[in-house]
Amino acid sequence: MAAPAPRRRGVRATRWLLIRVASGVGVLWAAATIAFLLQTLTQQSRARLIYDQRVGNNSIPSKGVTAAINHQYGFDNSVLHQYVSYIGGLVHGNFGVSYFQHVSVWSLIIQQIGPTLILTFSALILAWVIAVGLTLLGAGRHNIWSSAIANFLQMLSASVPSYWVGTILLVIFAVNLHIFPVLGGNPLLALVLPMITMALPVSGFLGQVIQDEFSSALEQPFVTSSRSRGITDFGVRTVHVLRHSVLPGLTLSGWAVGYLFSNAVLVEQVFDRAGIGGVLTKAASEGDVPLATGVVLLSAAAYVIANIVVDILYVFVDPRLRA
Amino acid sequence: MSTLNTTAGSPVAGSVSGAPLVRVDGLRVSFGKSVEDNPVVRGVSFTLEPGRTLAIVGESGSGKSVTARTLLGLTGRNAKIATDRFEIHGVDVSGYGDAQWRKLRGRDIGLVTQDALVSLDQLRQVRQDVGEGPKIHKTLKRKQELFARVVELLDQVGVPDPAVKARQLPHELSGGQRQRALIAAALALDPGILIADEPTTALDATVQAQVLDLLDATRQRGKALIIISHDLAVVSRLADELIVMRRGEVVERGDAAEILSAPKHEYTQKLLDAVPSGHSRGQRLSPSETASQATVSDLKVVRAHHAKPLAGGNLLEAAGLVKSFTGPDRVARRAVDNVSFQLKPRETLGIVGESGSGKSTVAKLVLGLEEPDEGHVRLAGEPWSGIKEKQRRDRRPDLSIIYQDPLSSFDPRWSVERVVQDTVARDISDTVGQKGRVGELLDLVSLPRGLRGRRPLELSGGQRQRVAIARAVASSPRVIVCDEPVSALDVSIQAQVLDLLGDLRDELDVSYVFISHDLGVVHHVSDRVLVLHNGRVVEEGGSDEVLHNPREEYTQKLVSAVPRLRISGRAQQVA
Repeated sequence: MAAPAPRRRGVRATRWLLIRVASGVGVLWAAATIAFLLQTLTQQSRARLIYDQRVGNNSIPSKGVTAAINHQYGFDNSVLHQYVSYIGGLVHGNFGVSYFQHVSVWSLIIQQIGPTLILTFSALILAWVIAVGLTLLGAGRHNIWSSAIANFLQMLSASVPSYWVGTILLVIFAVNLHIFPVLGGNPLLALVLPMITMALPVSGFLGQVIQDEFSSALEQPFVTSSRSRGITDFGVRTVHVLRHSVLPGLTLSGWAVGYLFSNAVLVEQVFDRAGIGGVLTKAASEGDVPLATGVVLLSAAAYVIANIVVDILYVFVDPRLRA
Repeated sequence: MSTLNTTAGSPVAGSVSGAPLVRVDGLRVSFGKSVEDNPVVRGVSFTLEPGRTLAIVGESGSGKSVTARTLLGLTGRNAKIATDRFEIHGVDVSGYGDAQWRKLRGRDIGLVTQDALVSLDQLRQVRQDVGEGPKIHKTLKRKQELFARVVELLDQVGVPDPAVKARQLPHELSGGQRQRALIAAALALDPGILIADEPTTALDATVQAQVLDLLDATRQRGKALIIISHDLAVVSRLADELIVMRRGEVVERGDAAEILSAPKHEYTQKLLDAVPSGHSRGQRLSPSETASQATVSDLKVVRAHHAKPLAGGNLLEAAGLVKSFTGPDRVARRAVDNVSFQLKPRETLGIVGESGSGKSTVAKLVLGLEEPDEGHVRLAGEPWSGIKEKQRRDRRPDLSIIYQDPLSSFDPRWSVERVVQDTVARDISDTVGQKGRVGELLDLVSLPRGLRGRRPLELSGGQRQRVAIARAVASSPRVIVCDEPVSALDVSIQAQVLDLLGDLRDELDVSYVFISHDLGVVHHVSDRVLVLHNGRVVEEGGSDEVLHNPREEYTQKLVSAVPRLRISGRAQQVA
């Protein structure tokens, strides 16, 4: 039996990827539709909101003013017309214009997305490092202490809320020990505490699924046959068993990106960091609907992209899926 | 402890100045607090010379595998080991730590484990596991050299297209090829000692024979072979010396041919008697136990269908069955291709075939779990295939199934009694009546009363199979389909289960469709035999006729591949 020709394999891989991307686009479309519906549900007050912001008080606008605003933003068109132009705008990267800052939502988000992305992904990487490290040390070891400590850390990190961890870390390392800045300072140093705050709970969840799989893989016959060839304990763990155990961790990482992205909103407030969190809180409190839905859509996009990346990584780790 | 008398031929070059390759005296192993705390190996001694094969035989829990692992220092961290003398290549290894053992593993002693898909790392290419020894021991550093060696090894052990297979993943190889790859991996550093732990257990008969030949060929090249098995037939084919173990103790030892033809210990005798074959048909395989306590008349009252006369005399009739499945490559494959057979009352029809022969699909068609693409099944003269499930439901109690591993068909949280009661509840509505019937059924299969409150996981394999049988007969079926019912059991337990099935056939008036890859088992139980190959019926007839004088080439190949107990004087054949 000959192996399938590499070219056909490539065609199949491309088709697989296209299907994944198409279903991701479907998810985004659904998210955009829900976001649009939320906007139109506030139809009655949208012109009023904008007027209030313009004049700076709660006076009642005249019908002419309301009509002018409605016309300017296209609120006087049919819902279907609005929907088509909204989705059409999204396709061209037009997320609409902020009601209050009168600039495009895209430009507002793009200014602030960088720090949030850096925070999210550095936290995810740190979470993986912690989870894999503790697993390599702890899982299946007969030394009770190392696995007990690893288990305790995992339980703790999976069950403690991030804002509490953030506050405690700030008090200890910034306020009392002055190791890290409370506010501002070197951007790399300023990243450390929020990154740890976000990574800890995720590392707890990751660690638990990875460690479970690790322990059961360690009992598999292929470990014994590998040992019978003279491999070291560390070798078995890194060369053979780890690869088996990261698979469920990868699955969880797709979820973790969404979790981290939304958690970033909270943690950015605790550490007073720049980022999308500030944009969202401001938009929500002011009722800046286009801005808020823009952030929501972007989060959905981050989630979709993360899951596609996870699927691709899965194929790299598990070669059986390449067939 | 005396050592095993070996009449070794001339030692082969490489062994250390005439010393035996392995010398073990008084090996004791325990996983408890000390060596004396409930030991699993209680004083095993042997020596091993180049070019010789030592077989260690025993059922599960006998300590045979632990003994083998000890020779590699792979008994586990919790094991407590004591020996009076423990030498490999004439060097005392009794105080070895893990680092010292690692230098020995692969280089001086190779281990071949049972082929399960999980004996090779499924996420790595075959070449990586086969070449792991040379890589770890740094005998081959350059990539091309290592790959060339892997291909050479795979070629040596008879893997076709070695250069292609080397780059494939374990699941892309057949079971036989994987087993060969495992042997290749163990031979990679050319160790003087090869330990094979149940090397053929999961394999079809023809593949099994090839693998045994391969192991024997390595021994003939001067390696010492230790073969661990529960299968006396496998052992009789290869072994020079034999150790029979039971519960950690050596019950008999000596020249293999002598022991197999004239066993001195009653346990060895019992093991030999338990091997099913054509010659044992109609005889009990296990020492006569009290067959069953329940009176059968009690059990028949529930359904009185057996009295109904049969039109045409066939209980079950399959005609021209065809079933195709579409594979992952979107190519339709005929799993069952024009299969016909009849089953008469009180008859046992054996269906033999290797993996992929379509025997399990036939079982599904008979059970009405799959619909045939062509052909039909009739049960008790009435249509059974091609009708709505609703029409089948009332007649379902007429058919039962017993699987290879009943564990997966039990709710793990339920007690044994509840598992059986669940089936009984269909016919009896009041709880007291149900409990009474459950008691009868469990008496019928001789399940000790003390075990009935236990959960399936707390039972042994044989006990679980008894529960599965009790459940299968609960509805007073006319036909029971047995799909590899004893393949997972030790030979003495297998003997008991086969005896039980035989008793039930007489007492309950049931017929069996008995599916197995084991020709000996099929020959022992069956009146007639159907040989399946690639979904087609190759040969059909009375079981003596087919299995003693096979007409077709395929059947001949199958029969000749079965390892026989090669014993002069006893003249026992497996098939």
